Amino acid sequence: MTPLAKLLEAALFASARPIPSEELAALDPEASKAALAAALDELREHYDVDGHGVELVEIGGGWQILTRSEYTEAIERAQLAARPARLSAAALETLALIAYRQPIGRAEIEEIRGVSVGSVLKSLHERGLIDVVGRGEGMGRPLLYGTTPIFLEYFALRHLDELPRSDELAVALRAEPRML
Amino acid sequence: MTETATYPGLAADPMAAPPSFVVELTEFSGPLDLLLTLIREEQVDIYDIPIARIAEQFVLRIRSLPLNEAADYLEMAARLLRIKAQMLLPRVDGEEAWDDPRAELVRRLLEYQQMREVVDVLERAGEERRNRFARAYLPQAPAPPEAPLALSLSELLAAVDRILRISRDPGIHDVIPRAIDVPGAITLIRDLLALRVRARWSEIVPSGAEPWQVLSTLLGLLEMAKLGECRVQQSRPFADVEITRDAASEAA
Repeated sequence: MTPLAKLLEAALFASARPIPSEELAALDPEASKAALAAALDELREHYDVDGHGVELVEIGGGWQILTRSEYTEAIERAQLAARPARLSAAALETLALIAYRQPIGRAEIEEIRGVSVGSVLKSLHERGLIDVVGRGEGMGRPLLYGTTPIFLEYFALRHLDELPRSDELAVALRAEPRML
Repeated sequence: MTETATYPGLAADPMAAPPSFVVELTEFSGPLDLLLTLIREEQVDIYDIPIARIAEQFVLRIRSLPLNEAADYLEMAARLLRIKAQMLLPRVDGEEAWDDPRAELVRRLLEYQQMREVVDVLERAGEERRNRFARAYLPQAPAPPEAPLALSLSELLAAVDRILRISRDPGIHDVIPRAIDVPGAITLIRDLLALRVRARWSEIVPSGAEPWQVLSTLLGLLEMAKLGECRVQQSRPFADVEITRDAASEAA
């Protein structure tokens, strides 16, 4: 491996969270963008081709080393790490709406889901998956919510546009699909 | 499976489930979810919902729902029954401008359905991530910024000592429990007002009074004024307070 790839590997190993590309670039100010991308490719191939128990994954505009899923059960059985609890259907529905329609207020979410969502919003906010991104027009200037980088991390997405576009979904929706 | 037996705390009884019907309903994430399920179960066309049948099924399903969870479902039930009623209204054959009362419901169902597709995508993505572990090292919280004062305990005590020395009367005293005596002060003022119609603040507070006596008198006076036993006046700010026996209460 090139020295730059080794440097990146060390930094990624040391971090528990995905490291954004800019922060990786700061590790070696001499390295060009192209060299950085090449080094990341090299590292990923190193894990994939040589057959390692971990892999390099791009998440939320950053990079992270994760264990391969085939070892999850063994790791969990040995109680070395535990998978986080799954999100409830109510939480996922609310997140789906926020991801597609952000910034979106509580009233609009409730209208589409047909249930009140106060407590769901609160717990999603506490988990850092959503945040208040502004205030709407109209009565009481309602809080508007949007997704956070932790949302991308949770679902291992690179960007929000990795989600299917609304016109790609089987059921065509609104005349004016409000995509991101 | 013998492994689990060594962790008695984890061996929850899977049979100890709450009544199945309620559980079944909590599987639905809302009235639209239940509605879509019914439409699927009954295998009907979403664009041509047999409202009477679906409404009946819907009401049947929510019957045993606890009231506090039922609100959202009841609203939908009411909506379905209203659409059912609208469908029963006679309409002229071949009339073009007929607004299908189900149109809004269909729009909402489709919108909801689309959201559910996104949920499936998120669920798969979340599951994939859940099955992979990251490094478990958690960065320590950054050290708090240096406090403006960095003192050792002995420095702090020395500073307190210095201040106590500078102060002529350090004001160290024994705390008297329940030092304030409002009823006593009221009795005193009442007695005075029984003799005279008018009294001055300087007369009801003994000269050289302790702070607790001043406070007791003030609170007693305010209490009496509230009860309408006397009137409290002051000709100008900081002037001597004048207390007058209240004529009204006297008459009563």
